[in-house]
Amino acid sequence: MPELFVLIPGRTARQGTTLNEGKFTAGYVEETSTVLMCPDDMKRLGLTPGDRVRLRNEQGEVELACQAAKDGELQPGLLFLPYGDASSRLMGGETHGTGMPTSKGFEVELERVV
Amino acid sequence: MAATELKIVSNATCTFCGCVCDDMELTVEGNHITKAKNACVLGKAWFLNHHIEERPIATIHGQPASLDDALEAAARILANARYPIVYGLSDTTCEAQRVAVAIADRIGGCVDTTTSVCHGPSGMAFQGVGEVTCTLGEVKNRADLVLFWGSNPAESHPRHWSRYSTMPKGLFVPNGRKDRTVVLVDVRRSKSAPAADIFLQIKPRKDFEALWALRALVKGVEPEASIEEETGLSLEQLRDLAHRMKTCKFGVLFFGMGLSMTRGKHLNVEAALALARDLNEFTRFYAKPMRGHGNVTGADNVVSWSTGYPFGVNLGRGYPRFNPGEFTTADTLARGEADAALIIASDPMGNFSQPAREHLASIPYVALDPKETATTRGATVAFTTATYGINTPGTVYRMDDVPIPLRPAFESPYPSDEQILSALERRIRELQQHRANGAGH
Ligand code: SF4
Repeated sequence: MPELFVLIPGRTARQGTTLNEGKFTAGYVEETSTVLMCPDDMKRLGLTPGDRVRLRNEQGEVELACQAAKDGELQPGLLFLPYGDASSRLMGGETHGTGMPTSKGFEVELERVV
Repeated sequence: MAATELKIVSNATCTFCGCVCDDMELTVEGNHITKAKNACVLGKAWFLNHHIEERPIATIHGQPASLDDALEAAARILANARYPIVYGLSDTTCEAQRVAVAIADRIGGCVDTTTSVCHGPSGMAFQGVGEVTCTLGEVKNRADLVLFWGSNPAESHPRHWSRYSTMPKGLFVPNGRKDRTVVLVDVRRSKSAPAADIFLQIKPRKDFEALWALRALVKGVEPEASIEEETGLSLEQLRDLAHRMKTCKFGVLFFGMGLSMTRGKHLNVEAALALARDLNEFTRFYAKPMRGHGNVTGADNVVSWSTGYPFGVNLGRGYPRFNPGEFTTADTLARGEADAALIIASDPMGNFSQPAREHLASIPYVALDPKETATTRGATVAFTTATYGINTPGTVYRMDDVPIPLRPAFESPYPSDEQILSALERRIRELQQHRANGAGH
């Protein structure tokens, strides 16, 4: 059963350093396709680090590896994903008259890829 | 063979992030920077990974082309378009930005920058509330309370703290970090949290509520107890923060994209700006955006002084009109309106929404970038350009609107953005004159 989470895409130091090496390098691709979760959520869903999960909303869906966030970094129900192709695929085109699509703190369904 | 020439470039400028640190000492061996003293991890990655790549100077439909052929093809695409857009500009010099605005004017298109998808909502909020502003130099010398809200400087602006805002010793804060209180408000306990004195973990999408409650507290109005459940912050924490803000000597609130990209957007930023404004009844208080790309602040300045508005400007009627949501690139693409594009130093094919990317892929567009990106790969005409700051001189604006000159490390075999854009503008003008004279298409 997919569960609803709030996704926060953002910058990380590694996303920034590997960006300079190139957006097609293994480091950048790996960093921007790994989603961080609260360890409690992972335990509850029976996920272990490195497991594949599917994130989906009305914009699209992506499959990513998941990793546990550091203790206290993310509250239950939150996901963090470094900016990149995957986070953009989940972002809508609607900007509500601002020019800015809602790019942080939007809802996605998460389920394990079997 | 002579040994590669070795030179030291001092006071060079890093343009990777909005901190625009201009104290770099670069060791340059031929076409490589081998050391970047004073740079942070991002700055080092920026300088040390910069090689002259063996790429064609230009491509047309992905095939190597001469500069002249590419300029001709690009000029025709833009001159023939009915609703062209010019976009990007945050990673190039002010001199190049200025020519890009001129092109948009000439072809009667929209000019928009990556501001619209980072702090565009902040730009709207500045118009609504106004900006109580100061430079980072003033922060360094005076600030005794420094707040970061929805921003993670440890990873996105690594030297902000050490160079400008929290660590340095200043005129009125002689003991540096010891004389300052640093507060971080974020939904995530990010890598910046351990370095702050106070960390407040707020519930996602509750920034507006928390900022509004702080405004109330500053004015001596007690918010309802439900604010605790609503924001995840206790009244105790909010009261303490409001008290610190009112009683500091010089406070500054740096806000990041946690405010501008989250639902509420410009309203979140308006709340932060209004709070800073209110606090000036009691003390000196400022609010500044944490700007991302090296010259995104320059883009706002250049577009503002040339059109009167900072981003999302349409020049189709011969005079500038500003309307975020209408003339901004995320919209003109996602709604399928633009029929041609000129993309400078940015990668919308890599970071825009899916409907926007699909539309861009379906129209003819011209891209300028030093590196290969998803955008240059899909471009009808792509130009390889020299990297600003590393290969080309010029001006960039630091995030606090202070202009900083660039000192390039070595020459690139590729032309600068400014050179390509100037040639393009000339050619477009010729085509238009030709057409006006009735000499065909
Ligand atoms: S803080 Fe920003 S400008 Fe300064 S060295 Fe690091 S990346 Fe460059």
